[in-house]
Amino acid sequence: METTINETENQFFSNKKKGIDIKGKFVVGITQVAVLLIIAILFIILGIIVYEGREKFSWEFISSFPTDGMTKGGIFPALIGTFILVVVMSIAAVPFGTITAIYLTEYAKENSKIAAAVRFSIRTLAVVPSIIFGLFGLGFFIQFMGTGMDKAFNGGELHWGQPNILWASLTMSLLTLPVIIVSVEEALKTIPRELREASLALGATKWQTIKNVVFPGSVSGIMTGTILAVSRGAGEVAPILFTGAAYYLATLPKSLSDQFMNLGYHIYIMSTQSSDVEKTMPIQFATTLVLLILTLSLNLVAVIIRSRIRRRAK
Amino acid sequence: MKNIKIEVKDLSLYYGEKKALKEISLEIPRNKVTALIGPSGCGKSTFLRCINRMNDLIPDVKITGQMLVEGIDIYDKNVDVVNIRKKIGMVFQKSNPFPKSIYENIAYGPKINGIKDKNELDEIVETSLRQAAIWDEVKDRLGDSAMGLSGGQQQRLCIARTLAVSPDIILMDEPASALDPISTSKIEELVHELKEQYTIIIVTHNMQQAARTSDYTAFFYLGELIEIGKTNAIFTKPEQKQTEDYITGRFG
Repeated sequence: METTINETENQFFSNKKKGIDIKGKFVVGITQVAVLLIIAILFIILGIIVYEGREKFSWEFISSFPTDGMTKGGIFPALIGTFILVVVMSIAAVPFGTITAIYLTEYAKENSKIAAAVRFSIRTLAVVPSIIFGLFGLGFFIQFMGTGMDKAFNGGELHWGQPNILWASLTMSLLTLPVIIVSVEEALKTIPRELREASLALGATKWQTIKNVVFPGSVSGIMTGTILAVSRGAGEVAPILFTGAAYYLATLPKSLSDQFMNLGYHIYIMSTQSSDVEKTMPIQFATTLVLLILTLSLNLVAVIIRSRIRRRAK
Repeated sequence: MKNIKIEVKDLSLYYGEKKALKEISLEIPRNKVTALIGPSGCGKSTFLRCINRMNDLIPDVKITGQMLVEGIDIYDKNVDVVNIRKKIGMVFQKSNPFPKSIYENIAYGPKINGIKDKNELDEIVETSLRQAAIWDEVKDRLGDSAMGLSGGQQQRLCIARTLAVSPDIILMDEPASALDPISTSKIEELVHELKEQYTIIIVTHNMQQAARTSDYTAFFYLGELIEIGKTNAIFTKPEQKQTEDYITGRFG
């Protein structure tokens, strides 16, 4: 008996040795090249940005206004503008997104047509090109809402019917809404059924259960969603192109009806609209570096929180 | 008749098309322990969850017949399910404390019922924990997370949490199936003490447990109630062949 087994084993191994599996090697090779290529591209991009931006990148660069027709100085107003944008955007999008997610996971019946329509809308919203959001913001918020507000409250005097932080933030919040909804939904689903049942069995109403048990358990999901949305919002330019971003402002915005400067838009301006593109190269790179650090670190935080949620789900 | 707490008449339950409970009729006596036994999937847990309307949460469930608690049909349109669940507590198979402190776990129910006074809550927390025989183990760390307790302690905490809303009836769905023998015997002792004040219905897989803890036993098989009677009688001379086969371990 033993010899038979050994013989088959030998045959099995020798067979494998004899024929060279060209097809297999080819597939493995292709995948390895692809992986290396992606890593290389990432490092080349990051490398160039860090290398070219390192000289200009300093505290002074971050904390001072542009000077000399934006060929010198820093990016302080663009940074602050981006900050205000994402804050106002979050104030609009986070509660709205959270409430939608709670409806979808907690209240909507499995075969509900409304929920299906909402889900379809969210998915569609997530793939709409960002420039469309920009145009929508211009048409809906500025021309319809803004002009309407001016007519109603200001006797037609132009105040809200023009690009400003509020409209840009609201436009951006539409873009980031799907990110928030999906994150919160994911977190809500990790709350075990047993905990909901425990609460209901004690005579809690559905709303009390959501408020006291489900919602506290999904705070981290709301945070992840918010951070991802903020990081997305900080990096997008197209939605604010027509709705509030300014080429250059000598002062920081004072109210929601003011225009603002923005990091992404600043890069675009510097690299295409500047009087001397060559001269502003270091500023462009350093600004890009700031934007990258901002979005990458936000994403990193989101990834960490999300992995904690996933661990809890198991 | 005064000593009947729950009267079930022709209760059937459908999951969509599938009939999971078939015309169940039985009476559950007051301040006694009634055990529901039967093989997995026989409908005993489903039946238990009918008593506090937990099955309401599952889509596509249809229930016919009557579930009279103190003479009131709890499936009547005018009955508020929230009040039903306050009067009929439930302890689950898997201990499910909230990820909150021990104190907050117990105070959860009373707080939902609108009790805000700190002294009153303190008192309820202590009484409930004492009743569930876990007070001495946790009295010095009420602020600690309930998740840090052992499995047996968690389950007794869940019992205390149920007692805190002062129910009349306590439903237990295999409360000791995930516990070690020592924790199990503590739960069983507890059941014994609690029946002075509460009507207890306990689902169990464990025949010895049913024999030890209960006064009455109901045997379920394939969604039907085969037999109900005094535990002594069921275990010594069951009337139905199926009950005997199950109890003697011939199937299940």
